[in-house]
Amino acid sequence: MNIQAVTEKNKTGGKTSIKTYREALNDALRSEMRRDPTVVLIGEDLAGGAGGGGIDDAYGGVFGVTKGLVSEFGRERVIDTPISESAIIGAAAGAANTGLRPVAELMFFDFIGVCFDQIFNQAAKFRYMFGGKARTPMVIRATVGAGLSAGGQHSNMLHPLVVHIPGLKVVMPSNAYDAKGLLISSIRDNDPVIFLEHKTLYDTKCEVPDESYTIPLGEAAFTREGSDLTIVAISAMVPRANAVADKLAKEGIFIDVIDPRSLSPLDDEAILESIEVTGRLVVVDEANPRCGMGADIALLAAERGFDSLRAPVRTVTAPHSPVPFAPVLEQLYMPSEERIERAVRELLEV
Amino acid sequence: MSYQPDFLLQAYRTMKTIRQFEERCIVEFERGNIPGFVHTSNGQEAVAVGTCMHLTDKDVIGSTHRGHGHCLAKGCDVVGMMKEIMARAGGLCKGKGGSMHIADFDKGMLGANAIVGGAPPLCNGAALSAKTLKTKDIAVSFTGDGGANQGTVLEALNLAVVLKLPHIFMFENNGYGEGTGVDYALGSEDIASRSGAFGMPAVKVDGIDFFAVYETVKEAVERARNGGGPTAIEADTVRFDGHFVGDPQLYRAKDEVKRLRETHDCLKLFRKRVIDEGWLKAKDLNAIDKEVEAQIEQAVEEALAAPFPDAIELTTDVYCSY
Repeated sequence: MNIQAVTEKNKTGGKTSIKTYREALNDALRSEMRRDPTVVLIGEDLAGGAGGGGIDDAYGGVFGVTKGLVSEFGRERVIDTPISESAIIGAAAGAANTGLRPVAELMFFDFIGVCFDQIFNQAAKFRYMFGGKARTPMVIRATVGAGLSAGGQHSNMLHPLVVHIPGLKVVMPSNAYDAKGLLISSIRDNDPVIFLEHKTLYDTKCEVPDESYTIPLGEAAFTREGSDLTIVAISAMVPRANAVADKLAKEGIFIDVIDPRSLSPLDDEAILESIEVTGRLVVVDEANPRCGMGADIALLAAERGFDSLRAPVRTVTAPHSPVPFAPVLEQLYMPSEERIERAVRELLEV
Repeated sequence: MSYQPDFLLQAYRTMKTIRQFEERCIVEFERGNIPGFVHTSNGQEAVAVGTCMHLTDKDVIGSTHRGHGHCLAKGCDVVGMMKEIMARAGGLCKGKGGSMHIADFDKGMLGANAIVGGAPPLCNGAALSAKTLKTKDIAVSFTGDGGANQGTVLEALNLAVVLKLPHIFMFENNGYGEGTGVDYALGSEDIASRSGAFGMPAVKVDGIDFFAVYETVKEAVERARNGGGPTAIEADTVRFDGHFVGDPQLYRAKDEVKRLRETHDCLKLFRKRVIDEGWLKAKDLNAIDKEVEAQIEQAVEEALAAPFPDAIELTTDVYCSY
């Protein structure tokens, strides 16, 4: 079990600033590009403005994460591409095999549909299929999740698709501090890493060290501690789980909130150690329920933590439906604090 | 145009090695010594060799499911390949890749690829590495006429032009995508004109003429190395065998293969040309034939004697916690 995220924030000991998730990601990219000349960014509108009559760096990424990087590193390293996701991911994989450390941006993770082959049949398999000699040190950054009424093709949480695939690592930071440290670790990793940023988190802020630091992949964070129940929450569900934990703490109910931070590798020991104490587990994930993280972590508890369990495992997820457009429906789609609280109360019978 | 004898002997030796390797793969497959699927490249040797003779180990190629010839032309070890195809320990990929997934990064062989149209997007990446790191290395992707119709290939063609990548798209048009003829499956006049429409120089070449391939690729290589960007080449070639070993080829005209083997054999044409021109003597070529036959025999014996992979290899070379 690892140290609490709160204490971890002071680990670097250097100067810190309040930064948004977006700024923290930008920091990570900038510091790694300064440190390692083989780090390049490739994707759509990372700068924007190529071939137009207006200004350069007009976009800086559709959510502004790569803003300003082109002016420091030039278009040779901040590579804007045509809208060709297969070509982007394929080029990143081939470049990773031959000496670069590319960070590819898949603007919305929903677009995995048009480049999935490059990810799961190509990049993910090279190391194993080629007998261990191939290295594919690439990161695919993408935005995920509902909450902006972006509709059915720009709002999905498709991380279960990639968690399923051997050879990929899957990272989903829930706050600015983790975002920076995990992105730096992901860039330095020699396997392909899928790095998923929730679009409702970009403007969230916390204290972030100015200097560079890494957070190991496969190490969960306990964002709240308690002995009554364990919540495993993923990505944008972490702040919601925290809010529920804080509310119930006032009633004397104390909850372990575990943010796995990376889903592959998964810190299964942290989850098992927590339920050994609490005996009760709720998994909160915004993805659709079938074959998802809720099912996966419930299986983990059933197979390896059965003796610890004092109640059935509960999952709080999206329904088995596409993401609706109407804000009123979209709010119902995403697991709410109310639904999380209800699941907790039902398990604790309070 | 004249060529040094050593160069010609090397070209012939590599083409003969591919032919002998492939013919032997068919035999060993039928004997049950090769599991899985095998796609042989008999008839296409001149394209692989005429292309790869321009490349160094630092230059990168990406290949297809029909990739043995490309591997051999790029310098992959014959024994290591045979072991790989026979699923043995000590194979180039530890027996975990197989015929359709042979790679040897030390030789610039980025991998055979069993997804049709697999190589072009990846070779763009290799070319991007070369361009970014200013190495002057280049990438060559091999794609069949079937692969030419994959969307990934069309995206890759465009991106290569946009980023001006040192990438040669070598399209091997052997007349068939699996069991479907190119005249049916290709909507455009030919692959070269379609590729050219993306904004790069694109040419057709007689793919059974080693010398034509070699000279055509030479120009493309110079362009790529000198910052001139990508080139597409469509090499018209022939497939002597089925799509896979064991394919009854009912989709082909009755005597088509027999005719092609008689009149469109790139090795025979090479022999005739170098002897007619007085560049080489038949006895030199015959000597190579003997050496290559012995080499392949030896490779098969070594591969058959090698152990299968240890069970521990099941979960090595991949992060694995489950």
